Amino acid sequence: MAEIEAYQREAGTLDMQAEPMILNIGPSHPATHATLRLIAELDGETILKLTPEFGYLHRCFEKESENATWTQVIPYTDRLNYVSSLMNNVGYAMAVEKLCGVEVTERCQYIRVLICELSRIIDHMVCIGTNMVDIGALTNFWYFWKPREEVYRHLIEPLTGIRLTTAYTRIGGLMWDLPDGWVEKCRDICRDVIVPAIADVNALLTKNRIFIERTMGVGAIDPKEAIARGFTGPCLRAAGVPLDLRKDETYLVYDRFDFDVPIGEEGDTCDRYMVRMEEMRQSLRIIDQALDQLPEGPVNVDDPRFILPAKKDVYETIEGLMNHFKHVMDGVQVPAGEVYSATEAANGELGYYIVSKGGGGPYKIKVRPPCFPLFQGMPHLCEGGMIADLIAVLGSVNIIAGELDR
Amino acid sequence: MTDKQPSVVLAKLIERFGDDIVATHSDFGDDTARVNRERIVEICTFLRDDPDLLFDFAMDLTGVDYLGEEPRFEVVYHLYSLEKKHRVRIKARVPEEDPVIDSVIPVWVGMDWFEREAYDMYGILFRDHPNLKRILMYEAFEGHPLRKDYPKARRQPTVGVEE
Amino acid sequence: MAVNHAKDGAPGFLTTRFEALLAWGRKYSIWPFTFATACCGIEVMGAFGTHYDIARFGAEVIRFSPRQADMLLVAGTVNYKMAPVLVRIYEQMLEPKWVVAMGACASSGGFYNNYSVAQGIDKFMPVDIYIPGCPPIPEQIIDSIVLIQKMIDSGGSRARDRWPIKI
Repeated sequence: MAEIEAYQREAGTLDMQAEPMILNIGPSHPATHATLRLIAELDGETILKLTPEFGYLHRCFEKESENATWTQVIPYTDRLNYVSSLMNNVGYAMAVEKLCGVEVTERCQYIRVLICELSRIIDHMVCIGTNMVDIGALTNFWYFWKPREEVYRHLIEPLTGIRLTTAYTRIGGLMWDLPDGWVEKCRDICRDVIVPAIADVNALLTKNRIFIERTMGVGAIDPKEAIARGFTGPCLRAAGVPLDLRKDETYLVYDRFDFDVPIGEEGDTCDRYMVRMEEMRQSLRIIDQALDQLPEGPVNVDDPRFILPAKKDVYETIEGLMNHFKHVMDGVQVPAGEVYSATEAANGELGYYIVSKGGGGPYKIKVRPPCFPLFQGMPHLCEGGMIADLIAVLGSVNIIAGELDR
Repeated sequence: MTDKQPSVVLAKLIERFGDDIVATHSDFGDDTARVNRERIVEICTFLRDDPDLLFDFAMDLTGVDYLGEEPRFEVVYHLYSLEKKHRVRIKARVPEEDPVIDSVIPVWVGMDWFEREAYDMYGILFRDHPNLKRILMYEAFEGHPLRKDYPKARRQPTVGVEE
Repeated sequence: MAVNHAKDGAPGFLTTRFEALLAWGRKYSIWPFTFATACCGIEVMGAFGTHYDIARFGAEVIRFSPRQADMLLVAGTVNYKMAPVLVRIYEQMLEPKWVVAMGACASSGGFYNNYSVAQGIDKFMPVDIYIPGCPPIPEQIIDSIVLIQKMIDSGGSRARDRWPIKI
């Protein structure tokens, strides 16, 4: 740091004949989307060095999960990436099912794909909406909040009972099946609300001179650097690397759908925005195909070791009562071992590393958050740029503090 | 997970490093190798550069506390190859009296913060790490919270604010 | 401040009318400072959105500066690393101010009882309204604004007057 300053002072390029200014973009700042802290050393408006700091939302997911049963961990998982909670639930359930060796039913897999893609759409809407608010384009926030409200009120709330933190999946299946009329409602909302909203925002932004000037070339990263730093998800795809776990290590029933994976070129903020917009459109395609192909059948595996018995059996037979009691008090009995299971969350690869010593609760669960390497790469993206570009990049990288801090 | 050739990765590792690969298994479809901690940087460099393996993505680094076993801590690396599309898990045990292991930042620069978090949560020290400070807890915090003998609900005196 | 009753119990006509005017002005322009940390922050954004429009109740301007805000809306978990930041912001706000603890985490720590999460912000500052829920729906935030309006109207004492409570 001192070397850069000395060099610039000699070369006569140091902006002010003084020491660089340290600016604390503190943990409570509108543009940091809560609880992120960036300490920037500035020379005029150029950032010489950026130090990110976080941990202001550390809620001890791992320690709490060590003291809970397997099913009790599920509410903790949906507070990780709270904007798309269903994806975290699905990722966790898949990891435990991999450890147990249980294969869920086909209907369950289709429903999991549906909720994952809906969550991906609403996550990208938050990212783009709040990113644009930071840059100054407030209208897109309102345009994107309406479809989110519709999805929350008419799709997620009737399905899971709550808008935001859902805890919908269970080990071996789901909480319950889709309610009546959900499929038609989903089609209606996708067609009548989400598609026009994306079109509106597209019309406002994509060819907008101010937006292009503000985001093109800002925060660019090349593919090799992105790979070395562990970037995944839309930020990596914007840099030109075609990694998408839905295609490369396909899970659930993604191999039955026909969809594209958008790849960017420069890896700058504009590319990240474009990749996210296109991913939303591709998610709509997947949702359409999934709704068409949705099979009938049960959503839970028919295995009393994992699934709570029907209430009728609990009240009328002694076996049902004992089964229910064991499930609730001891938890699902999972074999010993360790497993790593990754899904393509909205932000990148969401990995769960689970160590089990048998029994009803985990020994250790580590979540590999997709935005951890992204936030770590912030200095690389922003150093040398200006302070206003930092805000644009921070919004486009979509740091969700619940996931970053766990 | 897709079916792949059993343990191509593990076979190459054992062939190259022999006894330093203490144990391997492929339970639940995940190739896992437990290695000697002294040669971790060499092993990681081999994994990244060998043309059949090409593990260019370091996905995760974490510590695990096996309280009661000796050595107590384990550092776990999860790697992914973009081109070959395979994964591997490398584990290295680290004893409690001497919880030091070489940092793999020279191999993958993205492991920086993962190592800081393992230090913060478990107290595992990484030799030659450029900036080994606490990352999730505040600086004045004492102890390493994810260790099994740290009680979950222990309160420490709050810094900077009165209760 | 709430409508003050004078010590001798007999406020003058003009004083009460003036204070009623002040209360009317205050209650219909409660500007919130949203200290949104976690999931409740998303519901706050929903409350400020078009469907649950909180601007109808006077909370029109969301000021991200504590100097310009009346109400501190703490939405989300506060942990010990964040607590000094929160207290500093509270101290920077000007009187009269109200504090709303939104959600289970801000009220009492939520279902996180561990080494890092503060068991409720009322350990650090007086709280006027607690909103239960995890997360609460945006209508509950509107409810809290209406309750503050009633508090201003009725002249009840604020939590600040009962602070600190040591149990």
